[in-house]
Amino acid sequence: MEIAGVPFKNPIIAASGTFGFGEEYHELYDVGCLGGISSKGLTLRPKDGNEGIRVWETASGMMNSVGLQNPGVEAFIEHGIAQMRRFGNVLIANMGGHSMEDYVTGASMLSEADIDMLELNISCPNVKSGGMAFGIKADVAREVVTAVRKVCSKPLIVKLSPNAENIVEMALACEEAGADALSLVNTFQAMAIDIRKRKPVFNNVYAGLSGAAIKPIALRMVHSVCKQVHVPVIGIGGICTAEDILEFVMAGAAAVQIGTVNFNNPMAGRDMLNDLSHLCQAEGIADINEIRGVC
Amino acid sequence: MRYFESEVIANQQITQDIFVVQVKRNGAEAAAGQFYMLKSWDTELTLMRPISIFKAEADSLHFMYRTVGRGTQRMARLKAGDPIRLLGPCGNGYPVAEIKGKVAVLGGGVGIPPLCETAKTLRNNGVEVDAFLGFRDVLFAVEEFEPHCANIFVSTEKGAEGYKGFITDLLKPENYDVVLTCGPEVMMRKVAAMCAETGTTCYCSLEHRMACGIGACLGCSIRTRSGMKRVCKDGPVFLSTDLMW
Repeated sequence: MEIAGVPFKNPIIAASGTFGFGEEYHELYDVGCLGGISSKGLTLRPKDGNEGIRVWETASGMMNSVGLQNPGVEAFIEHGIAQMRRFGNVLIANMGGHSMEDYVTGASMLSEADIDMLELNISCPNVKSGGMAFGIKADVAREVVTAVRKVCSKPLIVKLSPNAENIVEMALACEEAGADALSLVNTFQAMAIDIRKRKPVFNNVYAGLSGAAIKPIALRMVHSVCKQVHVPVIGIGGICTAEDILEFVMAGAAAVQIGTVNFNNPMAGRDMLNDLSHLCQAEGIADINEIRGVC
Repeated sequence: MRYFESEVIANQQITQDIFVVQVKRNGAEAAAGQFYMLKSWDTELTLMRPISIFKAEADSLHFMYRTVGRGTQRMARLKAGDPIRLLGPCGNGYPVAEIKGKVAVLGGGVGIPPLCETAKTLRNNGVEVDAFLGFRDVLFAVEEFEPHCANIFVSTEKGAEGYKGFITDLLKPENYDVVLTCGPEVMMRKVAAMCAETGTTCYCSLEHRMACGIGACLGCSIRTRSGMKRVCKDGPVFLSTDLMW
């Protein structure tokens, strides 16, 4: 299979922010068996991330407010890329931003670097001042994607937020602005309160919800978007099993990303890959393309 | 580091809310002050739970935990023969190989368990160890320290047993070359401050909410004097002088 001309050996991609730069999980299994890895979310300059509690378990899911802690684009180009390259699968650099200038500068630097694809994060809910606005208004997203497209010669994925005012309009705006593919969804903006302290759990008050709890909503959004756009869509959101993968593919996804499930089972990528091949066999699916978008 | 399924040998209730689960070791590594991510569920709960190594024996590992939430409450229901999943060993323990002279281990509450394996290792290395163990009201694990320690001091907040007050009241850091501590942050801050006054080397083992346990998700990052550090991977043990609290 391929996405925007980039060949993938299978449709399972490790989701940004849950997998670092692959190195830690590589201690447990050969992460090169995955179709690809989307890097920890980068920003132009290094970021320390948010203070206070950063992760919180919820019913069938979790919330996070890491706040894009990362070494910055330059350090990633110097060290991270070589580290990820040794896995031999598709290297996706995920990058977020705080301003139009940051997006454009970061994207042009990454475009010159040895990455396979750029995944533009216009949707991180955990960064105050700006990060989210790009992911909410279709017109703002159109502007940033247009600007990044001009400086980016690498295949460009735009990662959408489920918090967008209208996910389909958002998807269409990004497609028109030149995205080669879309990935959705990022985390849902959510809240938890510590009743004993009578205070929100997170310093930023709101944080991003992920995991199995969001899967049916993510699936609906992927389905609606796939009905309207022509570029490939990468499905994300609470995918925990091979059955979940087939659901997203039947909804129209070209591939999927797995995130929170890695915390429940650190071998999830490898296990789901094995399960997927057995499941396809059991269901008489010779080629996953046969079932894409059947629903 | 490995992720593997093991089997519960025993799960013993020690006090009203303190339990020890003993699991088959299956050749897994374990150093003093390290921890494992544990889960006795499939996908009913999203995250594994970080629990420090209380005792490492040839064929088994012991984890002492307090039932505080949904995960540990589930663990409390484990019975001999039940499956349990382990990821680890995680993190860096206390630098026991480099520690010489006379050592105090000072623990409070569920910060006490990792100091037991630490005291044992130090004692095996020929280091003299005193234990300072602080409890709210009911004692636990004290007898486990006895074979490894020259002196054991205990305290309870209301004086039910041992010294009445905080365990830090009993510590004289100047009598020790190194102090190793684990427990509530307020207690460790006090220990660190006392050690700073006497110039005693002090290592603190931090507790933090974690998701991955292996350094990938940055859910447990803290700010230190040498930059952002992951409690799960770069810690949980830090030099007290590296911490910013």
